[in-house]
Amino acid sequence: MTDAALPPPPSAAGRAAARAAAGKRLKRRHAAEARFRAYGLGAIALAIGFLAILLAGVIQQGLPAFRTNTISLPVYVDPAKVDARDPQGANYDLMIAEQLLNRLHVENDDLGENALRAKDLLSPDMGFQVLDAVKRDPSLIGRTLTIAAPIGGNADLYYKGELGREIAEADRKLDDAQLDWLDRLKADGLVTEGFNTRLFTHADSTQPELAGLLGAIVGSALMLLVTALVAAPAGVLAAVYLEEFAPRNRLTNFIEVNINNLAAVPSIVYGMLGLAVFINWLQFPRSAPITGGVVLALLVLPTIIIATRSALKAVPPSIREGALAVGASPTQAVFHHVLPPATPGIMTGVILALAHALGETAPLLMIGMVSFTTSVPEGFTSAATVLPVQIFIWENAAERAFHERTGAAILVLLAFMVVMNLAAILLRRRFERRW
Amino acid sequence: MFWIAILGLFLFSAAAFGLARRKASDAARAAGRRPNSLPGQQAGYVALWAFTPALILLACLIVFSGRIETGLIEANLPGAAAALEADQKALFVGDVHAIAEGRPTSAATWSGPLATARAAAVDKARDYELLTGWGGVILAGLVAVAGFLLALRRLSPDFTARRHAEGWIHGLLITCSALAVLTTVGIIASLLFESVRFFQVVSPVDFLTGLHWSPQTALREDQAGSAGAFGAVPLFVGTLLIMTIAMVVAAPIGLYAAIYLSEYAGPRLRAWVKPVLEILAGIPTVVFGVFAALTVGPAFAAFFKWIGGNLVGGPLDGVGQYLVQVQPNMALAAGVVMGVMLIPFISSLSDDILNAVPQSLRDGSYAMGATKSETVKKVVLPAALPGVAGAFILAVSRAIGETMIVLLALGSGGGTNLTFNPLDAVSTVTVQIVSLLTGDLEFDRPTTMAAFGLGLTLFVVTLTLNIIALRIVQAYREQYD
Repeated sequence: MTDAALPPPPSAAGRAAARAAAGKRLKRRHAAEARFRAYGLGAIALAIGFLAILLAGVIQQGLPAFRTNTISLPVYVDPAKVDARDPQGANYDLMIAEQLLNRLHVENDDLGENALRAKDLLSPDMGFQVLDAVKRDPSLIGRTLTIAAPIGGNADLYYKGELGREIAEADRKLDDAQLDWLDRLKADGLVTEGFNTRLFTHADSTQPELAGLLGAIVGSALMLLVTALVAAPAGVLAAVYLEEFAPRNRLTNFIEVNINNLAAVPSIVYGMLGLAVFINWLQFPRSAPITGGVVLALLVLPTIIIATRSALKAVPPSIREGALAVGASPTQAVFHHVLPPATPGIMTGVILALAHALGETAPLLMIGMVSFTTSVPEGFTSAATVLPVQIFIWENAAERAFHERTGAAILVLLAFMVVMNLAAILLRRRFERRW
Repeated sequence: MFWIAILGLFLFSAAAFGLARRKASDAARAAGRRPNSLPGQQAGYVALWAFTPALILLACLIVFSGRIETGLIEANLPGAAAALEADQKALFVGDVHAIAEGRPTSAATWSGPLATARAAAVDKARDYELLTGWGGVILAGLVAVAGFLLALRRLSPDFTARRHAEGWIHGLLITCSALAVLTTVGIIASLLFESVRFFQVVSPVDFLTGLHWSPQTALREDQAGSAGAFGAVPLFVGTLLIMTIAMVVAAPIGLYAAIYLSEYAGPRLRAWVKPVLEILAGIPTVVFGVFAALTVGPAFAAFFKWIGGNLVGGPLDGVGQYLVQVQPNMALAAGVVMGVMLIPFISSLSDDILNAVPQSLRDGSYAMGATKSETVKKVVLPAALPGVAGAFILAVSRAIGETMIVLLALGSGGGTNLTFNPLDAVSTVTVQIVSLLTGDLEFDRPTTMAAFGLGLTLFVVTLTLNIIALRIVQAYREQYD
């Protein structure tokens, strides 16, 4: 550096100006610092805000579905309408609707329009119950039964205030007269509100008021059982091999790269694998928990392998070496001394992987689990649906009453996931050892 | 039945273990010296021989019984059915198999001679099922007993049972590792097999460069030029559009959150925010999809309609008229919700990467008088850049492969027009795969094969992105470790 490049020695005024400029610069830099910090905090606030909006939306949407209105009506099994030889042939729904009109002192018109409108308020379950009772005991014909059943989906929405009179009559499913009838039924004390047990005791249905989650819950449980039985042992043993025994060579390297890449393959591709290999080639049953379970097992296998490997890595080598030093074979050292302290970590990984499998939807759509099943699955090969797919099905349904059930199904699914995650956290807290 | 057989196998092996153990300790006592292997190890060897071959046999039967039965049905079809066209025949065989197993059949109806043929075939199919079922179980039982007896005969105080048993265990471990490779092989084979058949009908160039996607028209065989309907560019554009929106949302928020967490936040804030982000990461994507379809989409549509309503009649009347008719199933809603889903993914990956930057770099910067934000911007981020880039690439790959959010937000029927407008309905690769592959499908249709063509493209793209990302992250890690 030459002298010519140096600035001339500053005067007193120049020094003051420089100090002022430096002060300004510092202020600007501190302002930039504060701004940067605010961006960071803002980003976190946004992320938490999104979560809060999401949860609030789901809860607001789903909570009403846990309450339901039940109507209980005395039904006179009219011998003029029900034939003892052919109980199946009678139109029970219409019979009940006409009696409902009588009770409300409303004339049925010539075309029977009013009876049909009254029928809209009730669920077909009433008719099924009467039919069942008559089939079991034909002597009931001519007598009066008291039947309790969920009220129709739209009527239920009205009672919950989600389909009120403030909506223009043309835009809602129930007209003013129907709403008047509902008000009177409520005033007569025939309609009671209570916890929606049906949601947990029945499978899916075409009628929103009759639809429940039991089929999906059982389906999910069966499928997760298959996933756990296949993926947990296979994943843990593969990880043990790769971490403890595998020689460092190209093949091992290839397997490792392979596993890392498998973990990032889109889940829908596993669905296509299931469709092409398991259903089309191996003729696995469609929509069955065993097929879904095997596909999801392949999906979570890399996750389990990676988690198990890190749990095994966390066990200090001194334990392994100690075991080898007193004469254990490598296999004994691993299975007797390294695996036991790694078990909590492995269990945590397996549970988290299963929680992931529980929420997975896309591959199951591919293997036909989106089919509509109204029965609770009986075994691993019967047609079934699972919770996330049930959410998908209900979300796509046209009736509004299904929308609140979508929310309820999400809440149930999230509850299961919270339980599994809590179990994993507790396991980690309770048993994890820091070396 | 197979499950009961496996349970029985467990019990048998336990009994075998007990028996062998008694025999081994008796033998050791009679010999009057320490045996080569402990009685428990000898018994373990015997139990492995009793258990493993039979289990492998049963597992193979579970996996292949459907295939074997189908093969048998197909080989012994009654005359009327054997004369059917290939795809009709496959449907017929599937129905026969389903009836024999009490599963629901396809929608096809078989009448006349085919109905009687089906009844006959079902009767035979039931026999095959008994054959594979009982035959398999009996065979497995014989294998288990034979394995047990053979192993039991080898037992002696000098027998190196432990080494032999460990050999078995080793084999088992290697088999399990091979499963991961087998999965990859299965994925590639299934995608390739169908794709190759698809690309024989539709040329890959048309598929990758065609601007018009409407696979349904190809169902009508009399229609000319059905190949023109398989141009996947609109789907690629739709996928890229949604991915871009998602990254615009997720990249800054995720990165800033990660910077704050790793550079500024105290341990108490970290202890709160990290689990919240983990919860966000653990929410199933179908939930995000419902959120997009029922909350975000309608809210956005209402917002744009409100803006449009204010513009109509003004100087920007054209824009207003357009905004008024915006539908909730727009690309923007799907992209934003997908961005929310990606936030925790990006922030946790970036957090790890920022934490891996050595403290000495920061200290050097502070010593020169830099503020914290200047240190982050000028020192930490440049040092972490490859890692952060890797994290972003992984996020992009996830966004491309994500299905449920776009499926629910856009609807499976969504528009397949070529558009870059985020307020329009678009369709993505994954959405098309789902809509082509759900429902009652026959395998030989071009639509089904087209889905596999799309799947192959998706797999290749995400795989490439993952490999690049992993390479970058690994190369970067080695720098500081």
